Amino acid sequence: MPLARTHSIALVGIQGHPVEIEADIENGLVALLLVGLPDTALREARDRIRAAIVNSKEAWPQRRITVGLSPASLPKRGSSFDIGIAVAILGAADVLPAASLADLLFIGELGLDGRLRPVRGVLPAVAAAAAAGFGTVVVPADNAPEAALVPGIRVLAADSLGSLLGWLRGGCPADGAAGAAVWQGGSLPPDGGGPGPAGAEVPGCDLAELVGQPTARRAAEICAAGGHHLLLLGPPGVGKTMLAERLPTVLPRLEAAAALEVTAIHSVAGTLPPGGPLLSRPPFCAPHHTATKAAIVGGGSGIIRPGAASLAHHGCLFLDEAPEFSRDVLDALRQPLESGEVVVARLGQTARFPARFTLLLAANPCPCARSAPAAVSSAAARSACTCRPAARRRYLARLSGPLLDRVDVKVEFLPVGRAELLSDRQFAEPSSVVAKRVELARQRAAFRLRGTRWRLNAEIPGSELRRSYAPAPGALAPLERAMDLGEISARGVDRVIRLSWTVADLANVARPTIAEVSYALGLWLGAAS
Amino acid sequence: MNAKDVLGKQGEQLAAEHLQRAGLRILDRNWRCAEGEIDIVAAERRALVVCEVKTRSGVRYGTPLEAITRQKRNRLRRLAVRWLVAHGVLFDEIRIDVIGVLRAESGDFTVEHVRGVG
Repeated sequence: MPLARTHSIALVGIQGHPVEIEADIENGLVALLLVGLPDTALREARDRIRAAIVNSKEAWPQRRITVGLSPASLPKRGSSFDIGIAVAILGAADVLPAASLADLLFIGELGLDGRLRPVRGVLPAVAAAAAAGFGTVVVPADNAPEAALVPGIRVLAADSLGSLLGWLRGGCPADGAAGAAVWQGGSLPPDGGGPGPAGAEVPGCDLAELVGQPTARRAAEICAAGGHHLLLLGPPGVGKTMLAERLPTVLPRLEAAAALEVTAIHSVAGTLPPGGPLLSRPPFCAPHHTATKAAIVGGGSGIIRPGAASLAHHGCLFLDEAPEFSRDVLDALRQPLESGEVVVARLGQTARFPARFTLLLAANPCPCARSAPAAVSSAAARSACTCRPAARRRYLARLSGPLLDRVDVKVEFLPVGRAELLSDRQFAEPSSVVAKRVELARQRAAFRLRGTRWRLNAEIPGSELRRSYAPAPGALAPLERAMDLGEISARGVDRVIRLSWTVADLANVARPTIAEVSYALGLWLGAAS
Repeated sequence: MNAKDVLGKQGEQLAAEHLQRAGLRILDRNWRCAEGEIDIVAAERRALVVCEVKTRSGVRYGTPLEAITRQKRNRLRRLAVRWLVAHGVLFDEIRIDVIGVLRAESGDFTVEHVRGVG
């Protein structure tokens, strides 16, 4: 039979589209033609596949071979079609039974020696294959644990083209063939045993180490419980970065669906740890302040890659020295902050990446970043801030108003004395204790929000908030006063109400009262610790 | 004669025998003109078949069939027209065939015939 058909998956962002690979062998000058909008890496597949087939001790058909990838209008990128094309060619050359190939889906790159090399984005690709109704996928052995995370699919992992061909020739899908193994999708135990104990154990990192900043610890707890955004303001050395890095230690583990979503994004970005691929802990992403817009929200030429905002999906995005970030980078975050996803448009395709993260901003109060100018002694005066008021104002103005309007909790760190450090030591709780409270508060919120698609207080849309989740009567008085004074915007009011729900959840109060709303308003306006 | 020319002659002889067995009439062999040479000119029903024979003693430098490039095929097409003009005959169709002859280590030859390469 001069025609054979296999399947693969083309990824656009983290969205997979089934692609049909057809190989046709006819009379003509010896050539391999590849049609169907391939990019450079895919065009190079011609040379890789030929070498791989010849080095797997198979004959290269001495004819004119046409390989078509359809839908032809969908741009196809990368090297993950290699195996599918090679198998289709061998099927058309009657080396393999063509009929048995048509229902299989192949993902992976070929080495010149015939080895199957791992590729990025296997998890979303296999998930798309399962959604499209494929029962069996073939992946390189190194990608097998990742592919097997998808429930209800059979994964055949092979280490070389030779062993794969042995399996395909045999016709019977058994894991007897050397170098090939069958994995049952969804059978792997998730990393560390599921969403059991709260709080990710990051070695050498505990919230209790942040002594002398009780208000900041409390703010971190509230943000963790409700998924609220946090601005940390203060001179260097008071623990801003320390606090941000310790926030993930009080977050609960990801639920299964969220973990798969996070793992899919990291799979496309190529940042998965080898071995245990499922990310069950909330990710923490801290891009440097020289990062470009594409690095933060996603993009790049050719393959569209997720940015830091998406890599922090269901976790924390920490921008240290936030005013040093370029302004358009910061403002590009406004879309994901509002909608929870990033839409990147490139030539001929649009990629959507989920990006629902907890934003952590850290900033010095001024460019010189010395302590506040409230100096009394002459020694303190020498180390006090020398910036002019205009410079201080300009520095923080780099964080645009619309961005700060979306930050729920603003904490100002004040330098701590020795006495405060010592006395606070006995009050500082370890992460595990705080994480328990956070988990309880999250459970209360999830119970209240059952039947909706939101899980956290921060995710409730404004209209729904006013309709179904209004605080106790009279509790809004402090907000009305702040609004009259022009201290808070209408969006700010919504954010304070969400925050007050989290404060109430943490205190096990059924509905926010005037106390919770006042406390939340204080956090929104900026509390000094 | 060089060893490679002996091999080439052997290959052409095998190819001609192969064509005759396949039912083609051989009209001409090693026809030359200013533009080049046609190895075998044959006829199959109402089609003129211009045949290029490539003989190799191994695949270290690629298979015989791979050695036929697009340029070579285009030249064969021009040569076919020249042959028709020179002989003043008419055919319904002109076809270019390629015959790859490979000599194995053992000395056995394999002949591969590809019809209508363009």
